[in-house]
Amino acid sequence: MADLAQQIVSGLASGGIYASLALALVLIYRATGVVNFAQGEMAMFTTFVAWTLMEHIAYWPAFALTLVLAFVGGALLELTVIRPVQSAPPLTVVIVTIGLLIGLNGLARRIWGNSPKTLESPFSTDPVRIGGVAFSIQDLGIIGVSLAIVALLWAFFRFTKLGLGLRAAAVNPAESRLVGIRVAWMLALGWGLAAVLGAVAGMMAAPPLGSFDQNLMQPILLYAFAAAVLGGIDSPLGAVVGGLLVGVMVNLVGTYVGFVGADLRLPVALAIILGVLLVRPSGLFGREAVSRV
Amino acid sequence: MIRVALFALAVGVVALLPRVLSDFRASQAALVAIYFVALIGLNVLTGYTGQVSLGHGAFMALGGYATAILVSDQRLELFGHTFSSDLRDIWTLPIAGLVAGLAGLVFGIPALRLTGAYLALATFGIGVALPAVLKKAEVLTGGSTGINLFGQPKLTGLGIETTVLGRHLTYNDWLYYACWTVALIGLVVAWLLLRGRLGRAFRAVRDSPTAATSSGVNLSVAKTAAFGISAAYAGVAGGLYAMQTTFVNPGVFDVTLSIFLVVGVVVGGLGTMWTQVFGAAFIVFLPDVAQAISKQPGVPAIVYSVVLIALMLVLPTGVGGLARRAFAPLTSRLYHQS
Repeated sequence: MADLAQQIVSGLASGGIYASLALALVLIYRATGVVNFAQGEMAMFTTFVAWTLMEHIAYWPAFALTLVLAFVGGALLELTVIRPVQSAPPLTVVIVTIGLLIGLNGLARRIWGNSPKTLESPFSTDPVRIGGVAFSIQDLGIIGVSLAIVALLWAFFRFTKLGLGLRAAAVNPAESRLVGIRVAWMLALGWGLAAVLGAVAGMMAAPPLGSFDQNLMQPILLYAFAAAVLGGIDSPLGAVVGGLLVGVMVNLVGTYVGFVGADLRLPVALAIILGVLLVRPSGLFGREAVSRV
Repeated sequence: MIRVALFALAVGVVALLPRVLSDFRASQAALVAIYFVALIGLNVLTGYTGQVSLGHGAFMALGGYATAILVSDQRLELFGHTFSSDLRDIWTLPIAGLVAGLAGLVFGIPALRLTGAYLALATFGIGVALPAVLKKAEVLTGGSTGINLFGQPKLTGLGIETTVLGRHLTYNDWLYYACWTVALIGLVVAWLLLRGRLGRAFRAVRDSPTAATSSGVNLSVAKTAAFGISAAYAGVAGGLYAMQTTFVNPGVFDVTLSIFLVVGVVVGGLGTMWTQVFGAAFIVFLPDVAQAISKQPGVPAIVYSVVLIALMLVLPTGVGGLARRAFAPLTSRLYHQS
């Protein structure tokens, strides 16, 4: 039982990371109807930025500064790269995000080279005993930070006027414009916030790995994509629940089902999600697509 | 008539091109034809029927492995029988198409319930999962080392001498002719399939499922058929791919391949068949061009991405969109300014 509890907590820790990135995907999907394939590489890039900053200043100031830079970077990407193709067919925009994925990866290789880096962790890796079960402080810290950022974002959307504007712009751009919301700015803001979520995911994902390189976020993006779809691609709550579920599921299946091991973790997770989707084609919390004839 | 004449011209160019191409270029041109076949297939599904597939590399993998297993004659013991094959490489292609096509039909049925991002994830899942499964199914697939075909006597052009138009062919020249013949046949078949009832049904499903249903189109049949046809094309392309590289392993058909196919089909232009050849050329040549500009770490990727994004800015509907505009009657060109 103690072992199971440990596995669940460490699954929740990866799940928190998936949830942050999945939420970023959902934010952009709700606003533009496009799955942003560059989300993972944006997160990877900001993690390298954080690594550079942490060479010079202490952890938490560097953490905060990275979030600010991520926000600016995300908004700039929307303004310079996505805005010009906004009226193109959705798949064209998706291809542009794939282009961004490739480009950001190349840029990071150009700037930081091929040698792996180590990101310091704000949390100790010592275990802490709760009710006779040893949990890693790092795992608990990751869960805490991811959930805190998600909660902050929820409060922002729920209680501020700007958050309301963002939600309105996502639901009905035309009418939002009529009531004086600057929809174009809201889209840039949305990309900025998505980049911030990604930055958190990256900075939480890198330390437990020991060392990381430019491929840091690629597997995580797959899980995040799966999580977002499992939860319902237009549901923020779904993204968080989906992320945590995927994290725990992958960890438990990889640990307890003999033949699965490390190789088949992802396929098995995807198979399970596919099963769920066949029963609920719009994910766990997604709205059923209602189309006008 | 113009169509037939242009097609005849294309056949002529294709037939004579190897005389001026180096061996290496011929092998690259063969690769263009292979991607052309795969993109025609993906275009049936995504361009005509409006269903996104981020996992078409998986159907190519099925075709590639079908060809590789048959050509290398993996003796399979099943229920006390030994199954063996003495097929030459090109005769395995219909089987490659059939295997992948059936898999497409089977996958198409559950996929009926999914649309948009959900379908994208489901297909993506297949693209991610299949290589891992192939790695595990060692008996047939050779695990992570895969199957090596080089030196197989049943490869036409290596083991069997071939001449075309009075020229004795090197392996790459033979491959070039084989791939382009298949590609041009594939193009004609796609035209014939899509010009009539089936093509209309597909486009109706894409533009308005509701209107399609009320006009008597069976949505499930149309969508599943599109999946099957599309996957069969991918399977044939996979079989050719196995012949071109003379080996298959799970890494060849990973999810990057699926992503590049989607990039190719959008660059080629959704909903236009013959311009997919540009999408195919884009997939084959852009990495080379990017490498030629600079080999410093990261720079080729940056070049690639800048070219891709710029192309999407200039041609948001791909080369096909450009061609449609260029060949449309003057009146509609003037009228349709946007």
